[in-house]
Amino acid sequence: MADSNNSVSNDEILLSVRHLKKSYGDHEVLRDISFDVPRGKVFVLLGPSGSGKSTLIRCLNGLETIQGGTISFKGEPIDGREKTWRRLRTEIGMVFQSYDLFPNLTVAQNILLGPTKVQKRPKDEVERQMDGLLADVQLSEYRDAYPRELSGGQKQRIAIVRALTMNPELMLFDEVTASLDPEMVREVLELMLGLAEHHMTMIVVTHEMEFARRVADTVLFLENGVILERQSGHDFFTHPETDRAKAFLESMAPISDGE
Amino acid sequence: MVLSAIDSASTVLAADAGWTILFTGDNLTRLLGGLWTSVSIAGLALVFGIPLGVVLGALRILRNPVLRAVLRLYLEFFRIIPTLVILFLFYYILPREMGVQVDGETIAVVAFGLWVAAEISDVVRGALISVPEHQIDAGKALGMNGLQLLWYVRLPQSINLMVPATINLAARVIMTTSLLLLISVIDVITVGQQIMEANRMAHPDSAFWVYGFVFLLYFIVCWPLAMIARALEKRAKERNNG
Amino acid sequence: MSWQVIQQALPLFRKAFVLTLELSAIGVALATILGLAIALVREYRVPVASQVCATFEELLRNTPLLIQLFFLYYGFPSIGIKLSAQACAIIGISLLGAAYMSGAFRGGFSGIPTIQVESAKALGLSPLQMIRHVTLPQGLTRSVPAVAANAIFLVKETSVFTVIAVPELTNTARDLIGMYYRTDEYLLMLVVAYAIILIPLSVMLTLLERRVRRGTFGD
Repeated sequence: MADSNNSVSNDEILLSVRHLKKSYGDHEVLRDISFDVPRGKVFVLLGPSGSGKSTLIRCLNGLETIQGGTISFKGEPIDGREKTWRRLRTEIGMVFQSYDLFPNLTVAQNILLGPTKVQKRPKDEVERQMDGLLADVQLSEYRDAYPRELSGGQKQRIAIVRALTMNPELMLFDEVTASLDPEMVREVLELMLGLAEHHMTMIVVTHEMEFARRVADTVLFLENGVILERQSGHDFFTHPETDRAKAFLESMAPISDGE
Repeated sequence: MVLSAIDSASTVLAADAGWTILFTGDNLTRLLGGLWTSVSIAGLALVFGIPLGVVLGALRILRNPVLRAVLRLYLEFFRIIPTLVILFLFYYILPREMGVQVDGETIAVVAFGLWVAAEISDVVRGALISVPEHQIDAGKALGMNGLQLLWYVRLPQSINLMVPATINLAARVIMTTSLLLLISVIDVITVGQQIMEANRMAHPDSAFWVYGFVFLLYFIVCWPLAMIARALEKRAKERNNG
Repeated sequence: MSWQVIQQALPLFRKAFVLTLELSAIGVALATILGLAIALVREYRVPVASQVCATFEELLRNTPLLIQLFFLYYGFPSIGIKLSAQACAIIGISLLGAAYMSGAFRGGFSGIPTIQVESAKALGLSPLQMIRHVTLPQGLTRSVPAVAANAIFLVKETSVFTVIAVPELTNTARDLIGMYYRTDEYLLMLVVAYAIILIPLSVMLTLLERRVRRGTFGD
């Protein structure tokens, strides 16, 4: 346990996906997906809507069952049983598009729930950690507020803090800014950039191209359930290889200049 | 015909008319005592039925097909067969199968309790599955197991739907206790009939007043429950939209 | 359990079955018509009438049918109004049913999204045109599941008619049990008879619920 901590060795593969297949009945959503995520790296999944990127990221947390292939976490192939996933989910944090704070609990209760009830860690220790994280995101004053009193951006930042308090080794972000008003997108993305700088291993599905360019170590471009292109973040945005990726980037470009 | 109607109507309104027997002797206390029997039978049925129904409702959201089918069948039986017939089934069959004398009150509590459990199981199931799927995902992402999801995510977010439905059911159970006179329980209606019987000579028109009064008693008990349920329903709806 | 007992009771049960169906059909039909009228009166806030209807609804929904029937059958004669048991049964179930049906229809009307009414107004429809082309058709469609659920409830409530000796199914079974002490056979027949009437209705209700849900929320 202890020796695997904090050693940001570039070789260690934290998450490995091999020949992953996912279908709903006859409809194949993901076909033969393979990639490795080294510890400390940020992977961004891009692609048009319906390409399967959200389904893929949900598979990585066991929220969707897969029909073929393997997912390995820290070198251990996951057998797909709910019990196994439950154990791993305390090490893999996830934040969703819709604000998924529990509306009946205060901010603090939301954050403490997982660490104290699932991980059974001592409450005062978790509280200290929570207070530190809340201060980092400048939301300490909302400790005892209910989610309905928060703005969308604040809710998403709390959701990220809630996931971080579990001390995850991998963070999954599924379009976390997609339902936010434009002026709130920034505060969430900045928090995520900060995490990347601190070498948090992250897999991110997003439609924010500028953010993707800045944060991505690797871009996986998906279409129709297959990875069409994998490149470093910089190369993907400057020299996309496939026509599909070029067309995609063009379609995402702002419409401000020219006619 | 018309004349006789007017004639009878004036008898009803006369000074020593039928309504006076409601307040003669201990008649009023006896009627209220009968009402208490009815309400306490309903109360006991709810006390036994609600916890059982909550457990059954929670089991119904599991994916086990056999369990689901059995529990659905249980619900449908109580939904399809009239409550009065269910009461008769228990009244005639229960004492014989158990080989002992069982009084009407006990039979009513058992029959109504199982009926309440069936109805509550559907209320609970409906409320539990109304919790948005992404909330469940959020709980799973924190590593919660099935029981933790139920306890920390589903139940607290659906209780505001369960409570008004349960109060409505309570009112229905109280109204249904009116059937108890058919299995020889001395309930409020039976007491009313005894009073009428005793005063048949002096007040031949007492049926109008006694039954009217019992009608009113039921209304006084059940109407507030309906109002509370409606207010809570409205609040739950507003909160869900807001 | 004796087959012979069942066979001998069959003609009586058949008669009671038909009577239960008849009383149910009449009751549900009258309750639906009256309930819709009450719902419209309340929806459009007709002065006085709407308050009267609201009181009527609350009174009947919060009291047992049994006591309503006793009041009609035993209580009314003392003020000079004497009705036959079957007349009391039909009046009782229709009034009770109307109180429930009105609730079902009002629920249907209130489920119509405001945007629908606003679009109708934006198209320049007159209030009457709006009722005819928007409110009524949409409201009625939305009420269908609740109306069907009430219909099932009313059919089951006809079992209470036994208390004023209307020879429907429950009453027939009780009489036979009282006379011959063969509880198993008669109870079985009673349950089967209700199942024959109510299972198809309940299946229909499930299908209707599904269709209306798809019809109104799928678009």
